[in-house]
Amino acid sequence: MKGSVMSVLVVLALVAQDRVACGLEDKSYDYTKYHTMDEISAWMSQMERENPDVASSMIYGRTYENRNITLLKIGFTSATPKKAVWMDCGIHAREWIAPAFCQHFVKEILGSYQTDPKVNMLFKNLDFYITPVLNMDGYIYSWKDNTTRLWRKSRSPGTGNCTCFGTDLNRNFYANWGMVGISRNCCSEIYNGPTPLSETEAQAVTDFLGAHQNQLLCYLTIHSYGQLILVPYGHPNISAPNYNELMEVGLAAANAIKAVHGKSYKVGTSPDVLYANSGSSRDFARLIGIPYSFTFELRDEGDYGFLLPEDQIQPTCEEAYQGAMSIINYIHDKNFRGSAITVTATLWTTLVASWISSANVF
Amino acid sequence: MQSVIRTHLESVSSHSCYATELSFINSSTRRRSPPEWIMKTFCSVWLLLSLVELRPALPVSQETPLACRGPADPALQQPETPEEMDTTGDLEPTHYPARRAATVALHYLNTRHGSPYRVFGLQQVHKASAEDVAAGGRKYSLDFSVTTSPSGSAGPALRCSAEVLFPRTEQHTPPDVQLNCEALQQLNSTAEDEAFYQKYITPDSAVSAQYLPDSYGNMSEDMQPFWRLARVAASFIMLRESSENTEFNMAQVASITQQESSEKQLMLDYVVLLHDLPSQEIIQWKLLASWSPDSGVRVLQMEWQPRCPHATKPPN
Repeated sequence: MKGSVMSVLVVLALVAQDRVACGLEDKSYDYTKYHTMDEISAWMSQMERENPDVASSMIYGRTYENRNITLLKIGFTSATPKKAVWMDCGIHAREWIAPAFCQHFVKEILGSYQTDPKVNMLFKNLDFYITPVLNMDGYIYSWKDNTTRLWRKSRSPGTGNCTCFGTDLNRNFYANWGMVGISRNCCSEIYNGPTPLSETEAQAVTDFLGAHQNQLLCYLTIHSYGQLILVPYGHPNISAPNYNELMEVGLAAANAIKAVHGKSYKVGTSPDVLYANSGSSRDFARLIGIPYSFTFELRDEGDYGFLLPEDQIQPTCEEAYQGAMSIINYIHDKNFRGSAITVTATLWTTLVASWISSANVF
Repeated sequence: MQSVIRTHLESVSSHSCYATELSFINSSTRRRSPPEWIMKTFCSVWLLLSLVELRPALPVSQETPLACRGPADPALQQPETPEEMDTTGDLEPTHYPARRAATVALHYLNTRHGSPYRVFGLQQVHKASAEDVAAGGRKYSLDFSVTTSPSGSAGPALRCSAEVLFPRTEQHTPPDVQLNCEALQQLNSTAEDEAFYQKYITPDSAVSAQYLPDSYGNMSEDMQPFWRLARVAASFIMLRESSENTEFNMAQVASITQQESSEKQLMLDYVVLLHDLPSQEIIQWKLLASWSPDSGVRVLQMEWQPRCPHATKPPN
């Protein structure tokens, strides 16, 4: 009850502030277009500035080309460490719809936590750590010109005799590294690097996940294309101990996605529905004990592939948002007892509070 | 003599293997370029050597990536032997072995019946099974539904059945497809196909463009039929290059240049970028395609173009 009283007070305060601020929303950022790294960085700063009570940025590593890898930490502040959800987008440079989704996701939760009791509850009990573009070097390179648009890997130079650039970041993690679904040829798109964690980007994620191991309940990594929800592991002979539950949660998410615009997402391990692979971030997260670890492969199924038309950004993000929320809500409700009761109580008190505030402020 | 051979081969050029023959015929008027020979010899030697190499239970690829290496044996490119690929009997329709076989059937369907206003896409695999065949190879039996672009999911879905045979040979052999779709015979050339043909068969027509779609996935409505034609033409190549270890889609049209119409066919020079899912490689092909509503799409010339954008300097 104390929690619901707190949320009511917060709601009242925000309602008052909103009337004073005359609803200064950002209407100028276009979430239905693809954005450059500079635009995304500026947007992140703006999100932080406009939502100081719930959003802050953290630099947790550097790219090969020495850029700061930055995430947004979103949730109500707390004196004690909270359980958390991790989301990263843009491990692979050419998958532009993924960073677009991270931006959409941030916009949605920041825009709804004050009015949606469920999201409000998530902000109370969880922190979101969201990295809109992990492979910044690769992403920037894919914007360079028409010939670089389909770049995938990092931009570290080859070592030894190698004349090619880049390591596949999603084969570089310390998770059955080098065992399957990789190439030892450094020119390959699935080159897993000279050694595990040779890439500073993969090292940054590894360090962060390791440091927050006990808090993280959920690891979501966003890719394209294929319309898939992948559960660990990428190795065909290894099964996660909670495989059955992961499949149930994944299938529920796929149903939530389908309900939005009718798109089918297949659910399964990578070796089942896509291909065997090793060294992925999803596998690493599961291996260190983060119980719910999923890869999202967004639209489409091959018509446009990586070059998803901008008019599909909005519907793709809408459906993926429902899918991600389905997973996050499941995890939240499982971990925070009595949340259903508290949600209802908060809803009632919020309604009473808005009645009171509308009666009094005028 | 040349023109007789050419005409004969053109009349059967919907068969993907003859397209290769055509490319050789067309290139024999000039000396075959030395690098091509070197590449082929190199690849063959490389393949033989890699066959001898001892492999662990789940081998990983050490070969030069497909984009740089060229159309060598894709069966060795991503050597994987997942259980499902060896089991005989029913396959899970949502798993990749069934989907890859269905994709091959789609490539075949497009080579036969694709047009500027009709490109077939996979909607869903309903049932699938596989068995090893006596001659060495694996035959997939599929029951699936397809949609057509441009209408996509808004339009009707066709129910199809197919048998896709992947020969498991040392040198790559294209898969063989037997296909049957309901109501396929009733599919006539659309009015839009006709209008498109009339518009661009005029002698002064010289369409050219680069990068379809652009980096943002956008393209003008005018260019969409040319993009769809590229997908159909690319299907000839994707069909030919497919194996159980590949899954091709056309990623982008790098360029299109309309050539002078010949024998009432639209003639289009394309450079297409193909994406292979398992290897994640982008493979570049130059091709010359012809189309008319009556004749359908044919690929008259095709040439793999080495592409090592990852490299700081060209190979060799």
